[in-house]
Amino acid sequence: MKLRSRHLLGIAELEPDEIVAILDTAESFAEVGGREIKKVPALRGRTVINFFVEPSTRTRTSFEVAEKRLSADTLGITAAASSLVKGETLLDTVRNLEAMSPDFIVMRHPEPGAHELLTRICRSSVINAGDGGHEHPTQALLDAMTMRQRFGRLSGLKVVILGDIKHSRVARSNIQLLTKMGSTVVACGPPTLIPVGIEKLGAKVSYHPDAAIEDADVVMVLRMQLERMKTGYVPSLREYARLYALTPERLERARPEAIVMHPGPMNRGVEIDGGLADGPRSVILDQVTNGVAVRMAVLYLLAGGEREDAVAATGAGR
Amino acid sequence: MKTLLLRRARVVDPASGIDGVRDVLIEGGRILKVAQRIQRRDGQAIDLDGLVLCPGFIDMHVHLREPGQEWKETIASGTAAAAVGGFTAVAAMANTDPVNDSRAVTEMIVAEAKRHGSVRVYPVGAISKKLEGKELADVGEMVEAGAVAVSDDGRPVMDPSLMRRALEYAQAFGIPVLAHEMDDALCAGGVMHEGAVSTRLGLPGMPPAAEETMIARDLLLAEDTGGRLHIQHLTTGRGLALIRLGRRRGIRVTCEVTPHHLTLTDEALVRYDTNLKMNPPLRPEGDRAALVRGLKDGVVDAIGTDHAPHHHDEKWVEFARAPFGIIGLETAIPVLLTKLVHEGGLALPRFVELLSAGPARALGVAGGSLAPGEIADLTVLDLGREGVIDPDAFRSRSRNTPWGGFAYRGQAVMTIVGGRVVHDAR
Repeated sequence: MKLRSRHLLGIAELEPDEIVAILDTAESFAEVGGREIKKVPALRGRTVINFFVEPSTRTRTSFEVAEKRLSADTLGITAAASSLVKGETLLDTVRNLEAMSPDFIVMRHPEPGAHELLTRICRSSVINAGDGGHEHPTQALLDAMTMRQRFGRLSGLKVVILGDIKHSRVARSNIQLLTKMGSTVVACGPPTLIPVGIEKLGAKVSYHPDAAIEDADVVMVLRMQLERMKTGYVPSLREYARLYALTPERLERARPEAIVMHPGPMNRGVEIDGGLADGPRSVILDQVTNGVAVRMAVLYLLAGGEREDAVAATGAGR
Repeated sequence: MKTLLLRRARVVDPASGIDGVRDVLIEGGRILKVAQRIQRRDGQAIDLDGLVLCPGFIDMHVHLREPGQEWKETIASGTAAAAVGGFTAVAAMANTDPVNDSRAVTEMIVAEAKRHGSVRVYPVGAISKKLEGKELADVGEMVEAGAVAVSDDGRPVMDPSLMRRALEYAQAFGIPVLAHEMDDALCAGGVMHEGAVSTRLGLPGMPPAAEETMIARDLLLAEDTGGRLHIQHLTTGRGLALIRLGRRRGIRVTCEVTPHHLTLTDEALVRYDTNLKMNPPLRPEGDRAALVRGLKDGVVDAIGTDHAPHHHDEKWVEFARAPFGIIGLETAIPVLLTKLVHEGGLALPRFVELLSAGPARALGVAGGSLAPGEIADLTVLDLGREGVIDPDAFRSRSRNTPWGGFAYRGQAVMTIVGGRVVHDAR
């Protein structure tokens, strides 16, 4: 199947069958990373601009690797190296990029909805690599791929998202994706970091991690940013770590086969015990590996490819 | 003296208790007579059969942007937009550049309005010098120059002792203090109503309590000082309840609501349209419905548009970076007649009152009725006129409206200021 939109702005716009198609296609592409020559010709001759207005290591690198494995021509622009620092507006910068006829613009931007603005002027496909506290759709897709690999399904899973829900685009995209696919999602954190009306996105709310983690299949830990102390959301990192960090004791309450996830970058010893992050239940590096496959799948499907062709293109079905 | 006879209109003048077909005779810029049938051979006569004739509409909340931001609007373009929109007078807020915080700026606005204005302009002086919220502006001298009220609109008066002094001092001149109610600290960084929609969109929110706590504070200050308080662009049901409570206690308080808070909700923001970004923000349906009830049951005194022009380039940016505000002078009447009068069951006399007698009383200015001797400011409505709102046809210099393409029924078709026809689209 093909995706209905030419852009990927958020999980909000995706239907369950599209999510399944992306995850299945990603599985086909996952095998490419294990080859000696890690390249397929699917996007040969296509141009992708990676426009990162906000710092990123993991996501930017992952997109670049995905694009290169698909044989696309890629180039990256960061905020510091763009005309934005000279006072050019976002739309003017993007109009100039568009004038060079790229096929894709992959953008990360600190302002929610920045991608929506782009779609009003762009001929190319716009992919959201994170927009402020709004959405980070490819992160949620790679998380879903990781969970599905472990459990063989998404429906019926209990997923606890632990930490600063209020400022997290990862939480918003994950809540929407997982509830669409039939998982139960509990958003857990201090009341000051649970945003008003998060239940309307489909999440249950808990202020008590011990209770929330009971019988969980997945515990997804979010990064706790230092600036949240200064703005009065929590009294201290020490108290936050004591009350809300994922520790081995807390994880005991989860199901025996439960996995630990983190979108990175981690603050070891703040929101997550360092040993857990490196332990056997951690799938944190699987998430990173799957990120490449998921982004290959998104690019490939947005370019008009079909999942069945992807299998043929990679030879994965043999 | 030359006379103007307006014949056979349905005259709706709630202040005089009139709703019926009448003739209206104007002489020397004033209403001379309103009667069933007036015979007059000399002078000009206009037949208004099938149309509604009411006291001139007063928009008590307008940003004309001059001096200082003429690329957004000027006194000439803003008052031209008002005339086309059916308004015979506008109150011009003080957040110009320089701020209207002194006699010189007030005089400049008055002089420019006289030279190039299509409708009456009532300057509103700043409460505080440079709108900084620290020291009182020269209120007395601004009133001498023509200011009819004071307001730091656009910014809240965070210092309660300054607000208390303003409510006290303004009484010497018999003028109201117009309050933009918002607690800066509770709103820090907020760009829309805080609720399920802001959470979904990941945008920082402005909680309703930020508005309501300030309303409560200022009601108490008005009670203790005896000052006249006017709450600008009220947006919540709880805010209305506070005003009801204040009225019961005898506090001298009036309030206005905007057309957009009466017709739109925060759900409309799902596509991050910056033409739906304003301060105070669009609220959920429960609040919108409460405001409409407040119109009907009489708690709300006036409808004011908060006409806030911004250039296209300023608005076409990331949502959080766009300035607050939308224009309203040329959309208010068609939108409100369509959505509130025709579809919403708001009685026409009440609608007229909210745009004429209500704002005239709240501001303490002339007009608002067709009683003999009143200024001859009149608005003519065609309740059946149908059309589509086309921002490219606006007289305003700005186009920042969410109503482009809106199909309306009911429009202002004629505007008369001081007995002179300034707009005629019958």
